[in-house]
Amino acid sequence: MNFDFSDDQKQLRDQARKFLAEKCSPKAVRVVLDGKAPYDKELWKGLAGMGFLGVAIPEEFGGAGAGHLELCVIAEEMGRANAPVPFSSTVYLAAEALLIAGSDAQKKKWLPAIASGEAIGTLALFEGKGNPSPKTIKLTATNGVLNGVKKPVADGAIADFAVVAARTGSSGRESDVSLFLVDLKAGGVEVKSLTNLDPTRGQAEITFKDCKAEPLGAAGEGWSILTQVLDRAAVLCAFEQVGGSDRALEMGRDYALDRIAFGRQIGSFQAVKHMLADMYVSATLARSNSYYGAWALSTNAAELPEAAAAARISATQAFQHCAKNNIQVHGGMGFTWEFDCHMYYRRANAMALGLGSLSYWEDRLIDRMRKKNAA
Amino acid sequence: MNFDDTPQEAEFRATARAWISANAPKKYEEELRKSSLGRTALKNADILKVAKAWQKKKADAGWACLHWPREYGGRGSSPIERVIWSQEEGPFGQLSRMFIIGHGMCGPTMMAFAREEHKRSYLPPLASGEKVWCQLFSEPAGGSDVAGLRTRAEKEGDDWVINGQKIWTSGAHYSDYGILLTRTDPTVPKHKGLTMFFLDMKSSGVEVRPIKQASGASDFNEVYFTNVRIPDHQRLGEVGDGWNVSLTTLMNERSAIGAAVSTGFPELFEYCSSLMLDDGPAIEDRAVRSKLANWAVKASGLKYTSMRAISALSKGERPGPENSIGKLVAGSMIQDVATYALDLQSASGVISGEDAELAGRFQAMLLRAPGTRVEGGTDEIMRNIIAERVLGLPGDIRVDKDVPFNKIPTKGRG
Ligand SMILES: Cc1cc2nc3c(=O)[nH]c(=O)nc-3n(C[C@H](O)[C@H](O)[C@H](O)COP(=O)(O)OP(=O)(O)OC[C@H]3O[C@@H](n4cnc5c(N)ncnc54)[C@H](O)[C@@H]3O)c2cc1C
Ligand SMILES: Cc1cc2nc3c(=O)[nH]c(=O)nc-3n(C[C@H](O)[C@H](O)[C@H](O)COP(=O)(O)OP(=O)(O)OC[C@H]3O[C@@H](n4cnc5c(N)ncnc54)[C@H](O)[C@@H]3O)c2cc1C
Repeated sequence: MNFDFSDDQKQLRDQARKFLAEKCSPKAVRVVLDGKAPYDKELWKGLAGMGFLGVAIPEEFGGAGAGHLELCVIAEEMGRANAPVPFSSTVYLAAEALLIAGSDAQKKKWLPAIASGEAIGTLALFEGKGNPSPKTIKLTATNGVLNGVKKPVADGAIADFAVVAARTGSSGRESDVSLFLVDLKAGGVEVKSLTNLDPTRGQAEITFKDCKAEPLGAAGEGWSILTQVLDRAAVLCAFEQVGGSDRALEMGRDYALDRIAFGRQIGSFQAVKHMLADMYVSATLARSNSYYGAWALSTNAAELPEAAAAARISATQAFQHCAKNNIQVHGGMGFTWEFDCHMYYRRANAMALGLGSLSYWEDRLIDRMRKKNAA
Repeated sequence: MNFDDTPQEAEFRATARAWISANAPKKYEEELRKSSLGRTALKNADILKVAKAWQKKKADAGWACLHWPREYGGRGSSPIERVIWSQEEGPFGQLSRMFIIGHGMCGPTMMAFAREEHKRSYLPPLASGEKVWCQLFSEPAGGSDVAGLRTRAEKEGDDWVINGQKIWTSGAHYSDYGILLTRTDPTVPKHKGLTMFFLDMKSSGVEVRPIKQASGASDFNEVYFTNVRIPDHQRLGEVGDGWNVSLTTLMNERSAIGAAVSTGFPELFEYCSSLMLDDGPAIEDRAVRSKLANWAVKASGLKYTSMRAISALSKGERPGPENSIGKLVAGSMIQDVATYALDLQSASGVISGEDAELAGRFQAMLLRAPGTRVEGGTDEIMRNIIAERVLGLPGDIRVDKDVPFNKIPTKGRG
């Protein structure tokens, strides 16, 4: 057994960390936070230049052809830096959907554009409240023409294309759902930006009005593809959450060392020490669950569905826990706009919802464990 | 033991109800009902103006600061009458929020320590909301450790000259007066060198700078003092006795009864009662019910704890440190409740503001909640108070207690 990343992968992590420390300082993140730009274009270009956007995209489609373990280490760094770019939408959702279900032509068209930073992609799945389920898909596709509304769509206002889940049948079964690819710049869509918990990442409502779309994957296979995409994205997002947890923990630890109250470092009070120790425990459990998810993802193991749900739950809890108690360790300072604590609190709570609620993933985990047990 | 009104209480309730029904600003009722932690503004009106108008109306009819003596602008009511009033006032009680610090903390401190002529001139306009007060205690170097504050007061003739900085002062930007804790002697141990004053916030040399909060709003401020002169007759308590004076304020802070801290539970229960989940009404979902039940008993536990405290108060007992439990429980609970409400909305829970579910009520609550766990004493300080003052456990080893203030270390690492 060797349940660890390789030296090359660790080197890649160091490289990504160094790059992001330079190009994605909290000050840079704040440009987007304060609404002065919809995302950090310079950083996006830089990430393409480093080969990070296409790290898991095969060479024949313009990527680096490394793999998902490499993508995991980069994801962790993206989370740690709270990067204000559409990385998860483009790389974990759109690119993964293309890799799983795209035709050769579709892959040739979009994957090189993703790797080079020219195309931003996203997944248009949700239609208001409710967890991912075939029932909630109301947007219709008739003869390749889409009508309906998707909301929220992560990075929807800056995306060039979207993978759209549409209803193509009315049998009440999963096979009613098919996926489509939509060039968002080609007309037939209306995009409205929505205010959201984490202004460093956009959310939008997209209305499709007689919008032309091409099928992605076979008709009626949409739900099964989506399930795979969500599982894969769950692992990758978990790494972002682990990176965010670690950063929040570090910020809290550093502040506890520097801040004096009652003539002592506040880190010398057990209440603070134990708060930080508990954050460390959450972050460590999340990291280990995520490593297992990474293994399952990179080997396409049968365990992936269960491992993905476990990583998702564990990392969601850890990031929320670390982000909120990082504020607590900072006292009044933690509750200011000026300190960075709230950026992680916002990101943690937004990420907790992005792929469907925590309760939804809890349900999935137990379902999958039961299935495995029965088998 | 019973919860029924006595005949006098019933009569009081009927009178209060009739007066509120005839006089309350009804056009804001719906909006006030929908407001909650993190979202108290009115859409088409300045809430401060509406609040002041309501407070003035109450004062004119003898319904302001019910438990205060009449000569200071109150009604001389019993603690239980005060509870009855707040039950009857309902959503309009939201309008008292901007007066909590003045009525709950500054007023009682003035009553205990100010000269009689000052009480008679300053307290009635405080009660009526014509003048708003703030609490100038915390500083960059002293929040939990408020006795570690550095703002200097030096005697010059009959005046004191103030230099220094306060921080996190809620409402300083709309306040007329403040109570100010200062250091008058840095050469003695820190608790011994403090002195309390009250001052006019429009005094020359006072500068208020709003601070943007994590939630995006700006409810608190930095306040700078540059050679601000305060006459000695505005001193509260003896020179060097400021710590004891401030304890009066802080004890009152904890027992600002009636203005019970919000838990978010009523809002969540109402939400779940009408929410449809993927497979049926939320209120029929086992997992949702389990969460609700757990929060329900915390909320009711707090409610009845505060009723017990009020009963004790009405028998003349002083509010004690056990009142710390309210904010400790409610602070983290409202954060958890808001998080769960968003979870029930799934991905769309990320949307905030007007486009969001219930116009973003729970999103605003989530973003404001971290402040509740810090303001008025952090969770950790509340636990220390319960452990030390209620349970009698020994305090932490204090490295700063008997050391002259100017010899206490101020830096962490390096
Ligand atoms: C099932 C079991 C098996 C054990 N096996 C072994 C063994 O094989 N070999 C061996 O040498 N010992 C063994 N121990 C003993 C064990 O290490 C001690 O019981 C333990 O270290 C606690 O010490 P104590 O009993 O003196 O309790 P105390 O140290 O008196 O602790 C009492 C309480 O105070 C708390 N406390 C104490 N100090 C601090 C502090 N600095 N900060 C915060 N809280 C504190 C503790 O957490 C505890 O809640 C065993 C104990 C148990 C229960
Ligand atoms: C929304 C809001 C409104 C406020 N309004 C006012 C106001 O109107 N007037 C006013 O004077 N102040 C106000 N405050 C300030 C508030 O009282 C302080 O922020 C609070 O007491 C914490 O102090 P601090 O910010 O200096 O944090 P610190 O005291 O530096 O605390 C940092 C961390 O260390 C922990 N800690 C510190 N000491 C100990 C200890 N002995 N044992 C264990 N843990 C410890 C804390 O719990 C916290 O986790 C407000 C604060 C907020 C957030």
